[in-house]
Amino acid sequence: MNDSTRLTTVGERGRPPGWTPGAQEGTGTSFKHEHLSAILADALEGGFFEVHAENYMGAGGPPHRALAAIRENYPLSIHGVCMSIGGPEALDATHLARFRDLVARYEPTLVSEHLAWSSHGGKFFNDLLPLPYTKETLGNVCEHINQVQEAIKRPILLENPSTYVAFASSTMSETDFITAVAQRTGCGLLLDVNNVFVSATNHGFSAATYLAGFPLEQVGEIHLAGHSEQRDDENEPLLIDSHDRAISDPVWNLYRDVVSRIGPRPTLIEWDSNLPDWLVLREQALTARRIMAEREMSLAEEVSREG
Amino acid sequence: MRVENHLCGYATTFAPGLTDPAIVAPEDVVAAAGKGVVKRYNVYRNNVTVSLIDALAAIYPAIQRITGIEFFRAMARFHARATPPASALLFEYGRDFPAFIESYEYARDLPWLADTARIERAWLDAYHAADLPVLAAEALGSIEPTSLAGVRFKPHPAARIVRSPYPAVAIFAMNRSDGPVSPLCSSEAEDALVTRPEQEVTVSRLPAGGATFLIGLIEGATLGEAVAAAFQETPSFDLQANLAGMISAGVFTAVQHGD
Repeated sequence: MNDSTRLTTVGERGRPPGWTPGAQEGTGTSFKHEHLSAILADALEGGFFEVHAENYMGAGGPPHRALAAIRENYPLSIHGVCMSIGGPEALDATHLARFRDLVARYEPTLVSEHLAWSSHGGKFFNDLLPLPYTKETLGNVCEHINQVQEAIKRPILLENPSTYVAFASSTMSETDFITAVAQRTGCGLLLDVNNVFVSATNHGFSAATYLAGFPLEQVGEIHLAGHSEQRDDENEPLLIDSHDRAISDPVWNLYRDVVSRIGPRPTLIEWDSNLPDWLVLREQALTARRIMAEREMSLAEEVSREG
Repeated sequence: MRVENHLCGYATTFAPGLTDPAIVAPEDVVAAAGKGVVKRYNVYRNNVTVSLIDALAAIYPAIQRITGIEFFRAMARFHARATPPASALLFEYGRDFPAFIESYEYARDLPWLADTARIERAWLDAYHAADLPVLAAEALGSIEPTSLAGVRFKPHPAARIVRSPYPAVAIFAMNRSDGPVSPLCSSEAEDALVTRPEQEVTVSRLPAGGATFLIGLIEGATLGEAVAAAFQETPSFDLQANLAGMISAGVFTAVQHGD
């Protein structure tokens, strides 16, 4: 990294697509109803909250009341998990319409979806499933993203997956695939640093090399999460993207590295099961905020030394 | 067509094994050099099955409490593999689960279990139903007595009725929370009324004739027709009590005048 890159502040560079005012430098957490009263009592000042879109696709009732209460006080990120953008079939028009209506209703600061599929042949598998990276799947994924962006009339952020297998038929690397998707569709990217670490461990590549090939300038949001560990067929570590615990040290280190290269980005702590007390979750978000602040301070020191 | 088939290939070969442990990972699925794919593909299999069992446990907590976690998860695993969701909205899942419970060999000793599950499914529908005001008592009082018999009501989106030949409401109420369970001596038939008068879902037991009365009204009968049907089924039908209960539970959202 040369000096001119290091000294470029975020404000001087173009904003990645999908980036709207209000979420810069923010840190947030997943929003769970169990935490609502604790959040209203102990605020996450300057923070934001992220929800899975599908949980708010019911007509009414307590979920919408809880989300409206959060939206009154915080910027919101709507994170879709079931669009099946990476699937070979046409997008589900009903689901797309529901997604569009939810975005219109809550006016989130950030909107994101996954490079994965979860439905096929009339069945919904409730998991983020992998796809081969080929010319054909690239065209298909781009068409799906264009459809989503047309429906909601704004760019989305696409999240890199965590994977446990690869495909012999793949002809491109994941980072080349994601780079091409962002170029062709104008979408921004949601960099899940835990997913990078999980996939790197599972497939035996270097996370640093992956990040070197990742179009970091397109990143409009960062995800951090905890993972669990199993053993593969060779009795070696197989990491599972479990979102059920605190963020591991290697993932914090990768995050620090990314922030030092691209500056602050809205950063979200994902925690979906084995939920801790709100203050534990909030502390993880504040750790991310400190890492971003440290980077800003060291930049300021460099500037003052040189000036 | 050939291109499309080629495109679809990866999902068409990847999907079947997700819900069928007898199917091995597809040939195109690989791992890093020298590594096996069995445990890796199993991560997806496991994610799918466990997340669907968890979804059923979240929809049917009373059933899980009654049967115990191990029994419930075994039963839910059979159902999830045989009947994965059709919709990406998990709160729509499990509509076939009560019927599955009815036919589940190991649950035959618990004939009331399926109806208890039907109340839990109705509870979740009420929870997610559209927000509309409930009919106020005054709305009924303002109707001319002579035209009362011809009045129809617009059902509140949250209102559901579950009829059971078993004491399903008592079983539901006792097992839906973590509170203590006491022996249930009743073998009476119980009809459940599920509504959401404010934001909280409530489940109450309907008095005799109440289900026939309310089902008639919900299906569009006039008040006169619904009352007649209720009296025909239950000569002791208490109209005043049923009207008061219907208003306080919030079964309807508006009066439909005319026609």
